[in-house]
Amino acid sequence: MRKVAIISAGLTKISRHWDKSLQQLFAEALDKALASTKISKADAIFVGNMCAQDLSRQNNLGALIADYSGHLPATSIRIEAACASAGAAILTGYMAVASGLYDVVVAGGVEKLSEMNTKYVTEALGKASNVEYELFYGASFVSLNALMMKLYMETYGVDRTPFAEFAVLMHKNASVNPYAQLPFEITLDKALSSEYIAEPISLYDCAPIGDGAAVLIMCPLEEARKYADSFVEVAGIASATDTVDLASRDDILLLNSTKVAAEKAYKMAKIAPQDIDVVEIHDTFTIMGFVSLESLGVVERGKTPKYVKEGVFEKDGDLPVNPSGGLKASGHPVGATGAYQVAYLTLQLLDAAGKMQVPSPEYGLAQNLAGTASGSYITILKRAR
Amino acid sequence: MNLSIPCYWREIPYRYRLEGVKCDNCGKVMYPPRPRCINCGSSKLSKYKLPETGKVLTYSVLYESPNGFEYNIPYVIAIIELDDGTKLLSQITDCPPDKVHVGMAVEAVFRRVATSGDKGIIAYGVKFRPISP
Repeated sequence: MRKVAIISAGLTKISRHWDKSLQQLFAEALDKALASTKISKADAIFVGNMCAQDLSRQNNLGALIADYSGHLPATSIRIEAACASAGAAILTGYMAVASGLYDVVVAGGVEKLSEMNTKYVTEALGKASNVEYELFYGASFVSLNALMMKLYMETYGVDRTPFAEFAVLMHKNASVNPYAQLPFEITLDKALSSEYIAEPISLYDCAPIGDGAAVLIMCPLEEARKYADSFVEVAGIASATDTVDLASRDDILLLNSTKVAAEKAYKMAKIAPQDIDVVEIHDTFTIMGFVSLESLGVVERGKTPKYVKEGVFEKDGDLPVNPSGGLKASGHPVGATGAYQVAYLTLQLLDAAGKMQVPSPEYGLAQNLAGTASGSYITILKRAR
Repeated sequence: MNLSIPCYWREIPYRYRLEGVKCDNCGKVMYPPRPRCINCGSSKLSKYKLPETGKVLTYSVLYESPNGFEYNIPYVIAIIELDDGTKLLSQITDCPPDKVHVGMAVEAVFRRVATSGDKGIIAYGVKFRPISP
């Protein structure tokens, strides 16, 4: 297998883009990414997207995007893995380059959630669950996360405060992120007093509904200098799967797909969890951030509340978590989220993250989840020397 | 949710009668049933009727719903740990949301779950209600 580099990242601001279609958003991110490279056409495009057919009534997104963005006759495929669609697209892009089948690959994601009323968005997102079982009983995606949060609070004897403290940190980080949907700070009191969506989850525990596109340009590591002046190495990449429904898991507070995928990715990158300098984790809801950190092996189980309070996850802390503001405050255009995470890390490792920058990271890890972690996609990036 | 009528028919054994499967090899109980064991991969499984009583392991009170559940708000989704240790997801019924608590003893009860629009089919399922002391 060939080693793989990411030579560029392109992102749109996450927002309610009433004025742009799926293909316009993706093309905008792709043009931004190509601008810093010597590439004008890709050999293959892998588009992560979850809700196009539900909310935009559009299928065949791969071809539509290759056509609209000027990349005919490249191979172009839409990949759906719920909120991990872009993570799955990046893994596919990696396999395409590593195998030698393609040289210049675009991997990314695009999502437009603002097309319809919230109840239809809630239903569309609920399809990440087992529809004939969980959604049948009216279990929204928020409520499935709320089941985990309630259990976490009972198990470790904590109240909603540490979750609100995490939300405050995410908003603080997002306040200097030019791509963030919610670039403003909040107070602990505001987070704690916001209304319940699915108790114990309240408004400020939740990622917002928004639109966006992010793309990465991938090529063989050995050829990276031919296409761009700066690049990062994909040092480890893996995915794993767990039961789709939450109740079938022996341990509901351990994301086994994340644990297994992370262990494989650490091994591939020949590093230990403590070698990671910055993480972008899948905090759709604050609880998912907590169990993600504990399943990645970077935080001991039940200790996240303590570390949040001690400031460990701040940009200048021992383990910077989501300097972008995470899904919580940067935003969660679901099928594009995994590409935003890897794009943010690419900027970090190139020392190009502006006010989001953490001090000289060597390794960054992105964790992108499908549903309630029925799928986990882990990508470890390494600074190229 | 608007699902086709066969979608309801084919789910009757597990949805109405709480029928799962148990692995003959490792003893793992699966609900909903699968054709192979999610633990050991064995295809030697036997039909297994779940107990109809248990306790609330965790729950959530919903104030926003997926399309079709607007009129149920606020309603309670829970994971119930049945008497044999098997966990399943359902709604808690016949109980004010603020009276539900972790550890509450509950029993299965046949209930209407949702209707597809004004003239669509009515979906039934098994919800759980408190066992009166």
